[in-house]
Formats: sequence, structure tokens, C-alpha cells
Amino acid sequence: MTKAIKVRGLTKAYGDLRAVDGVSFDVVEGEVLAILGPNGAGKTTTVEILEGHRTRDGGDVSVLGTDPGRGGRRFRDRIGIVLQAAGVDRELSTREALELYGAAYSNPRSIDELIELVELTDKADDRIVSLSGGQRRRVDLALGLIGNPELIFLDEPTTGFDPRARRRSWDVISNLTSLGRTIVLTTHYLEEAEYLADRVAVMARGRVVADGTPAQLRRSVQSDTKIAFDLPRLDEPLVELLEPLTGQGKGRGRRVEILTPAPTADLAHVTNWAVRRGIELDGLTVESADLEDVYLSLVGADDDSEESGPGHG
Amino acid sequence: MTPRNRGPVMADGLGAGRMSLVVRHIRAQNRIFWRVPIGAFFALFLPVMMLVLFVALFGSDAYTTEYGEVSRAQFYTPALAVFAVASATFTNLAINLSIRRDEGILRRVRGTPLPPWIYLAGVVGSAVYMALLGTVAVVTLGVVAYGVNIELAKLPAMLLALVFGATTFATWGVALAALTRTAAAAPAVANAVILPLAFVSNVFVSFEGDPPTWLLLVGDTFPLRHFVISFGEAMSPFSEAPALLPERLGVLVAWTVVGVLVASRKFRWEPAVGASSARSRRNGQPG
Repeated sequence: MTKAIKVRGLTKAYGDLRAVDGVSFDVVEGEVLAILGPNGAGKTTTVEILEGHRTRDGGDVSVLGTDPGRGGRRFRDRIGIVLQAAGVDRELSTREALELYGAAYSNPRSIDELIELVELTDKADDRIVSLSGGQRRRVDLALGLIGNPELIFLDEPTTGFDPRARRRSWDVISNLTSLGRTIVLTTHYLEEAEYLADRVAVMARGRVVADGTPAQLRRSVQSDTKIAFDLPRLDEPLVELLEPLTGQGKGRGRRVEILTPAPTADLAHVTNWAVRRGIELDGLTVESADLEDVYLSLVGADDDSEESGPGHG
Repeated sequence: MTPRNRGPVMADGLGAGRMSLVVRHIRAQNRIFWRVPIGAFFALFLPVMMLVLFVALFGSDAYTTEYGEVSRAQFYTPALAVFAVASATFTNLAINLSIRRDEGILRRVRGTPLPPWIYLAGVVGSAVYMALLGTVAVVTLGVVAYGVNIELAKLPAMLLALVFGATTFATWGVALAALTRTAAAAPAVANAVILPLAFVSNVFVSFEGDPPTWLLLVGDTFPLRHFVISFGEAMSPFSEAPALLPERLGVLVAWTVVGVLVASRKFRWEPAVGASSARSRRNGQPG
């Protein structure tokens, strides 16, 4: 299978912050790859480097056989970009904007078909400024597709949407996949990655921490069991508790969660430890882990919405 | 309208030809201009209204000016025509380009095969077009309503002054957008520059009698006064054709050169960090 994208050892730092820290992955033609991770994981920076919007510090990148850092006009003719925050001349109508931007491409799509694809037929001649946020995001999508691109980048296509608007956008995006285009999308919604992607690369702290099909990720999870409980005091010696476990455990305040492929042994260790110390484990539960738990264990649950660097993640 | 398959194939074999893209973008920017009333107000309506007001307020009696004893209308017509040019180019470009940068429009352009300079040429070209419209409106009103002097033999001097002046102020509009960090600051900075300058540049008042040297010095340092006097001289009833003022046009050229240097070194296509993306993101929320 031909590779649309090949990334090896990609690095990018903003001052002391290593936003992208040795990332490698491939995307084959016709594949939908979701780069999943929390804000600040390095997703947007990675994608912006692939688009040619940002320079890299190190590593090898090939996109459609070209180095995006020196891609030029011919390279941009073959890709479609839907940025997280890119404006459009809002006093134009959707149709006017598509005509204007489409003129620069060698093989633009039919504007009427495109307007239909993003479900803006009724609004095509209204000024963009009068459209709702969700509708504008679909104008963005249409503008990203106007050049009939072989490869499409979608940077957090549904961030800030309500669940209904998100569903609608997912329908539009999955329509694209049926056209055989290669798509790279970033998201911090696990559900979105699962719904849209053939493959998911999970990023955290500038690295790819897992890479596989949603089913593979799910399988790796389903064998795991989650043991959770509350400690009576904050200052219990966690290392002594967690170190000998087969699974992975971590504490957040008094709450301790352990993901383990060997629940019987680990539970025995935990309860023995508690009995030895004469403490009660409040809210002790043992249940099978879901994808969310594995995702959180991969990216580190303490890594919540912090913005970092100029790349918004 | 839009070519479905490969349009006229250019040297680089991509899309429509460069000139046709420039024209397309000038047209689109003109359309946007008419749809945002505020720009049209300052560039076109305000100078015309000021001409009517000033003549009504001060009457048509003789006025001592750089060009000799002329009517108020004869003084204000070229001055306000030039002011229309400065508003349409300098002020509007500084504001519009920083808004387009803040909103991420310039950033979007950089991700498409459209050469960024063509987008810029569309915005600048449209501003110059509006400057010409403003000039025509003010001069026509002056000639038709107030009998202001205009001579065929000096028309080339008027056009030359206009071309040099519009180029200088368009260049500095782009340069100012390059020097301002955010769109919020642009209108304030542009007006803080152009309004005081207008007072020392023969736009609103002429330096009668003996003005303080420092006022003259300030006026002669910046390009506006040279632009106003070049254009006014070409309309003056006392000047001899061709009524060209090469030294003053030379000052405009010098300012243009500096403006081009500043603009080409400092112009950014990416929004400033923090200032803008918050706003663009808000725009991305569902209504």
C-alpha cells in the first residue's frame, strides 16, 4: 500500500517546551487516521508541520512524497486544510467564498455538489457572518475540500460543538471517507476517533503512546480490569501499595485506580495491604475497564486542559 | 464561472492565471467593502460631507494659502480629496489587514495554492480603487457645485500626485498593519497618526501668516503635506502647467521605499498568539 504520509522522529520545541518529542507514524492512502490526545499533547503542532504551516526542528517528514516544509504551491494544490482557527471573509456568501478560493486550484470540485455535501444548500447565498457556528465550521470544511484534495487535514473539526451538531459533522466527514480520500484528523474526543477513524494514534506530552485500530485498542483494554477505592488518609505510602502490582495504578488525592490484567492477584495484594495496616478501603469496586480508562491511563489523567505553546496543543 | 477542469494553464500549470486571480480578488474585496458600511463612510462619504460642511461654514471668501489667495472651496477640494485617499488606503488597509490577520484569513490563504501576494494585491488594489472613487467624488463636487478650478493641461500633474500619494499611503497602510500586533489596536493607531498629521498638512487649515517652525518641520517631515500640496498645486488657478513639484513627489517616493522595507520585513500572516485565536474560536461555537 502506498504511504500518503511518513513521519520519523519528528521534533519541535517552543523554548523549553518539547511540544513534539520524537513522533513517528505512517498513514497509507485512503486511510483515516485520528490523532487523539488532550490539549497540549502536540497534536496540532504535528499536523501543522505536516501541512507546511509550521517548521520542524528535526526528523523526517514526507507528505504525498514531498517535504511539506518546502512544498510550495503545487503541494498545497493537492491537500485540503481545515484549521482549528482560520477565518474567512465573512461578508461573502458561502458560494462566493468557494468560487474565490476554488479559482486558485488546478482541479476544483463542483461548488453545488460541495454545498450539498456540507448540507448548506439553503444557506449558500447568505453571508457567512449570518451563519451559526456549526454552519461556519461546515463552510470551513467546504473550503478545505474545494481543491478536490487527495489528502485532508481536519484539526479538531467538532471542538465546541453540542452533541447534535457533532453527530451531523460526523456524518459529513464519514461521507468523505467513502470518496477514498486520505484523512488526518485531530481530536480530544475518544468517541470521535472511534466513530471516524480506521486507525488511532494516541498522543500525550509530545509522544505517540499508542497506535492501532480502535478494535485493537479496545481489545487491549477489554482484558483489563479496573480496581478502584478511596484511601482513608492522603498520606498513605502509595509506592509500597502500587509497586508490587502486576497492573498499573495511580493515585489522585485519596482515590486510587488500578488497571490490571491480573485482577485476582492484584486485588489480593491490595486487600492484604489494607488489612495489614488496619484500614478500610471505601468505595472499593472491581469492574472491567472501558476504552476511556485506557485512554486516560495512556495520556495521564492529570493532564487536563492545559494550553501550552503557541500551537494550542 | 469557476473552471471545472484545468483552467488556462499558466507557467506553473495551476488554476487560473495570476492576473485573473488578482482581478478576482480585487473584485471580491470591493464587494466586501460595499457590504461593510463603515469603510465606505470614512473613505467616501465623510470627505464629501466635510467639503460641503467646510464651504457652508466658512463661506467662499478668499483665503490665504500655499497656493495664494483662493476660495475656501478651492483650498478644501484638493485637501479633502487627498484625505479621502489617505482614509481609503492608509487607515482602511491598516485596519482591514490586521482584522484579516486576527481572524486567521491570511493564515488560511497560506494553506491554499493561492500565492499570498495575490490575496494582498486584492486587498491593496481594492483600497486604491476606493481611493480613486473618493477623489473623483470630492473633485467632481468641488468643480460642479463650487466652481473649483481644474485644467486639462494640469491633469497629468493631478494624476501623478494621486498615483504617488496613493502608493505611499497604501504602502504605509500595509506597514502599519505589520507594526500593530492586533486588530483592536489598529484603528486607534491609524487615526492617532493620520488625524494630527492632517492638521499640520494643509488638510483642515492652511498655515496662514507665520506658523511656528516646528509645525512646518513636522508637516514637511511626513508625506501627507507633500501629497496635499502636490495635488493642490495641480488644481491651483495660479500655477503654470505642468504644475509638477518634483521635490515633493521625491519625498513621497522616499517614504514609499521606507514603507516597503518595513512592510516586507515585519508583515506577519499568522495571528498574534492569544490575541486572536480566542475570538476565532468563539466564532466557531454553535449559535
